[in-house]
Amino acid sequence: MKKTFKMKVLGALSLLLVLLTGCSNHIAVLNPQGPVAREQYHLIVWSLIMMSLVLAVVLIIFIYVLVRFGRKNSKDYNPNDTGNRKLEIVWMLIPVLICVALAVPTLKVLFSMDQPPKATAEAPRNFAGKTLTIDVTSVQWKWLFRYPEQNIETVNYVVIPKGVPVKFRLHAYDAMNAFWVPELGGQQYTMTDMPMQLWLQADKPGNYLGRSSNYSGKGFAKMDFHVLAKSSNDFDSWISDIKSNSPALTMTKYRELLKPNNVKPMAFSSYPKEIEKNLNKAQMEGKESGKSDSMKGMDMSGDSGKGGHHE
Amino acid sequence: MAASTLTESEKRKNMPLEYSTEEGDLRIVGFWIFLAAELVLFSTLFATYLVLQSHTAGAPTAKDLFKINPVMAETIVLLVSSFTCGLGTLELRRHNTKGLIAWLVVTVILGLAFIGLEANEFYSYAVHEGAPLSSSAFLSGFFILLGTHGAHVTLGIFWVTAIIIQLAQRGITAVTARKAFMVGLYWHFLDVVWIFIFTAVYLTGLVI
Amino acid sequence: MENIKTFLSHFFVTGDPMIYGADASIALVSVAIVFVLTYFKKWKWLWREWLTTVDHKRIGIMYIIAALLMLFRGGVDALMMRTQLALPNMHFLNSEHYNQVFTTHGTIMIIFVAMPFIFGLMNIAVPLQIGARDVAFPFLNAVSFWLFFFGAMLFNLSFVIGGSPDAGWSSYAPYAGAELNPGVGQNYYLIGVQISGIGSLATGINFLVTIAKMRAPGMTLFKMPLFTWSILITSIIVIFAFPAFTVALALMTIDRLFGAHFFTIASGGSPMLWANLFWFWGHPEVYIVLLPVFGIFSEVIATFAHKALFGYVVMIWSMIAISVLSFLTWLHHFFTMGNTAPVNAFFSLSTMLIAIPTGVKIFNWLFTLNKGRIEFTTPMLWALAFIPNFTVGGVTGVMLAMAPADYQYHNSDFLVAHFHSTLIAGTVFGVFCGLHYWWPKMFGYLLNEKLGKWSFWIFMISYNICFMPMYFLGLMGMTRRMYTYPAGLGWGPINFIITIGAFGMGLGFTIMAANIIWSAIHGKRDTTGDPWDGRTLEWSTSSPAPEYNFAHIPVVSTRDAFEAMKEEERKGVKRRQLPFEPIHMPNNSGIPFIMSAFFFVAGFGFVFEWYWMGIPGLIGIVICLLARSFVYNDHHHIPTDEIERTERAAGRFS
Repeated sequence: MKKTFKMKVLGALSLLLVLLTGCSNHIAVLNPQGPVAREQYHLIVWSLIMMSLVLAVVLIIFIYVLVRFGRKNSKDYNPNDTGNRKLEIVWMLIPVLICVALAVPTLKVLFSMDQPPKATAEAPRNFAGKTLTIDVTSVQWKWLFRYPEQNIETVNYVVIPKGVPVKFRLHAYDAMNAFWVPELGGQQYTMTDMPMQLWLQADKPGNYLGRSSNYSGKGFAKMDFHVLAKSSNDFDSWISDIKSNSPALTMTKYRELLKPNNVKPMAFSSYPKEIEKNLNKAQMEGKESGKSDSMKGMDMSGDSGKGGHHE
Repeated sequence: MAASTLTESEKRKNMPLEYSTEEGDLRIVGFWIFLAAELVLFSTLFATYLVLQSHTAGAPTAKDLFKINPVMAETIVLLVSSFTCGLGTLELRRHNTKGLIAWLVVTVILGLAFIGLEANEFYSYAVHEGAPLSSSAFLSGFFILLGTHGAHVTLGIFWVTAIIIQLAQRGITAVTARKAFMVGLYWHFLDVVWIFIFTAVYLTGLVI
Repeated sequence: MENIKTFLSHFFVTGDPMIYGADASIALVSVAIVFVLTYFKKWKWLWREWLTTVDHKRIGIMYIIAALLMLFRGGVDALMMRTQLALPNMHFLNSEHYNQVFTTHGTIMIIFVAMPFIFGLMNIAVPLQIGARDVAFPFLNAVSFWLFFFGAMLFNLSFVIGGSPDAGWSSYAPYAGAELNPGVGQNYYLIGVQISGIGSLATGINFLVTIAKMRAPGMTLFKMPLFTWSILITSIIVIFAFPAFTVALALMTIDRLFGAHFFTIASGGSPMLWANLFWFWGHPEVYIVLLPVFGIFSEVIATFAHKALFGYVVMIWSMIAISVLSFLTWLHHFFTMGNTAPVNAFFSLSTMLIAIPTGVKIFNWLFTLNKGRIEFTTPMLWALAFIPNFTVGGVTGVMLAMAPADYQYHNSDFLVAHFHSTLIAGTVFGVFCGLHYWWPKMFGYLLNEKLGKWSFWIFMISYNICFMPMYFLGLMGMTRRMYTYPAGLGWGPINFIITIGAFGMGLGFTIMAANIIWSAIHGKRDTTGDPWDGRTLEWSTSSPAPEYNFAHIPVVSTRDAFEAMKEEERKGVKRRQLPFEPIHMPNNSGIPFIMSAFFFVAGFGFVFEWYWMGIPGLIGIVICLLARSFVYNDHHHIPTDEIERTERAAGRFS
């Protein structure tokens, strides 16, 4: 009995050791590369400490009672020990205190996530404001990235300047997906009837793996993408490179992209203006067949939030 | 079930007939709980309807479709049927089999009239106005909320009919009294749901 | 001819050798069952004693047999998934097949294993614990079981006929809608689960009335055994949660079959509404399968620590608090679906609050052990293992409740590890615990302790090997429902360890199954009716309990009523032997089975949108209901000499 529990504790400790030393760069969530992920990382570590304490207390009492009273004739057997008001109040208050200790930072981070993170670098020349906006559309099973200010489009990879807050506006063409780049920050769903936004920022140049975290069908497992963070100069030259060397995205090509499949990364020097409306599958198909019905459906979604993303 | 002690069976003697056996008592309690579950079911449908009310997607809206007269007719018929059903329960208390059967027959007839009126309303929306269930989320919500209520009324008509036959066969006994009482609860419950439909669907639909 | 060929190739799932294997084995097993029943002339016996029974103990046994079979299937699904994920870029299952397997695994484990297992145990124990002769509505109880059974059969049929659902057990719209997911698979999910859900709702009503109205004289609410309390609370949750699910399933069915727009992309449908309705049921559902096992653990820990439960009243109020909170937390399943910060804040806090009553319960269990005389039997080992292992699930639950942190855990393997920590260390350990504990009461013999302990240790250690590494896999960025993953991300070795753990759990379960077979032949008979020195009334009657449960309804004066009776006997107080009285019992009925079979026929028709089959099925259901309404001869009396004979045979009358 005793031995197995010792082994268990040892096992847990050795896992913790692995976590703290060797391959922490493999553990994306514990290897934050931007302010958003870092804030969440601090919250995770704080909760991990508190929860380890709770677990330790439970384990200590558990092992104690098993060892002490785990005999056929335990010495202090007392069948009349059936309640203790004071003790019960104590272990009701302790979880309350722990909850408060966790809730306060939770709320702080929660409300800060609506705000853009603080920029740590100069914004590239290519955009006017201090932040970059990118429209993301999930399509079975690929990611489309549109740069409305730069007028370019990429598929399955996205380039951002380091140290600058990036606002990702998230849309879905068909199935629901979730946009997740663990090293830069937590995820958000993409949906057909409501645009969402997610602030992310990278500290330094690098290549960060992102993927869809919400199951959307056959090709879902391969629905990953790369986020390349570049210095502002490199970002500018990447933009001009795409502008001069990549093909333009035509409506025909765009329709082809909307078919369900997995594709290789691509880049386009421009895109047709009408795709800025972020039409979902029903609206797109209604438009093709000239049905007025689903276009009106879009007006509906306009008042339920679609207008929101032009704020 | 034989758990009832002497004192308990004595207590039951003074109860109305439908509560006079332990089994009847259990079933009536169980039926109340079933109605609580039904309430959750209809609440979910109401919530769904209210969420989707504005999602008309270019199809006809509540204002385009709803007319006050047929709705008032349906409401009055159903309210009166609930009243006649209540009169039936009064006859049950007076152990008057014939009176009970008569009022239940009236209730069934009114129930059929309600279903007829509702079917006519649905037909005019779906066919004449070109607004079937598949035209928008709002209409899906409308037809399913009202259709669920209508299906309950239809099932209720079958149930009341079965009980009328049993009353005719056996007269008022502890068992038939319990059945007649329970179907009365069910019928009143459907009436209450209709009042919510009238307010949340028709009145708000006509006004907003 | 060509038409028939195309029809058949769509009707039967083709092209996969594993499925052909399953076809063959299903056919063989069916033939074998028919042969055995015919050869031993057991058809009549089967119909009379089991298919038409309304006895809560037999219904309980049938629930548990069905749940164990379903656990086997869900377990095989799990092993197939783990084999596919053992190494990067494996080609054991293709994407479509894997997606079907994880969908059926989740649905079967929750709806067709956890729930019926718990329903089985409560059917066996609750009426006995409260000193009743049956449940309030024995006929309805049989209807519940057969609806569950035929719902499960319909769902499982999808595997070989028509194709399995592949939208996940949570079936998020719009992916699960007709447009992105054509075919019959998702219909099977919607209708199969719907049919068994109706049965669950009826069970909730049945047990609420049973516990509220049929307790032995003297057993006030705060003298009830903890397990009965947990079932009372669970029944209330069932009654308030299941109708929402019924509606959600019906609406999606109507979307798919009749072109409505509740959850579609087009015409104003709202996919988010599905998530809300689903989890409004789904979160309470978690507590529907957890609170009963809290009850089981409370019974078992008190029994084998040989002490009354520590803090009985607080334990009950904690469960009540959990049940209320369980309806206020559903949104934490989608913090990342675009809610405003204040909304997320509310659900974050309400979720954390659940940790308080749960923590209180953990400490009360620990202090029940304190100053006890702990006996390490197999059921006790399952109960003890629950405490540390479930605490891991609980604390990770608190971590997930912190909305901003959840942005990093959501949909990842961290989440998968968390809910398996609660559902395996909680529900599965709990039902295994209850199975070993009440087995002698069900069958009159004990399960072998040695094999029981082997299966426990192997299963429990393997469970840790399987799910502890999975937390790290989630933090590394691996998401749930991925059928494969590339090499080079460092996920391979961890996945391999997890797969080893999964097969270890399979081995543990196999040993348990072997134990059941071995003990059926060699198991130690329980002649006392009280093999564990129990504290509650179910141990006061013989094992297995007679049809009428108690020859005399016990009279209760304290908590742990049977312990108090034994205490009195030890003090030398002799009990008077009262004369027997005829006992009023309900008659068996074939209607529950036939009506549920009509549900199956109707369901199958609607799955394939064959209305010529679906509508007659529905009519059959209504006819069964009406037929039942006209049955008046629905009970009989057991005469006193028969009671005397039964009691004498059990050594309880002289």
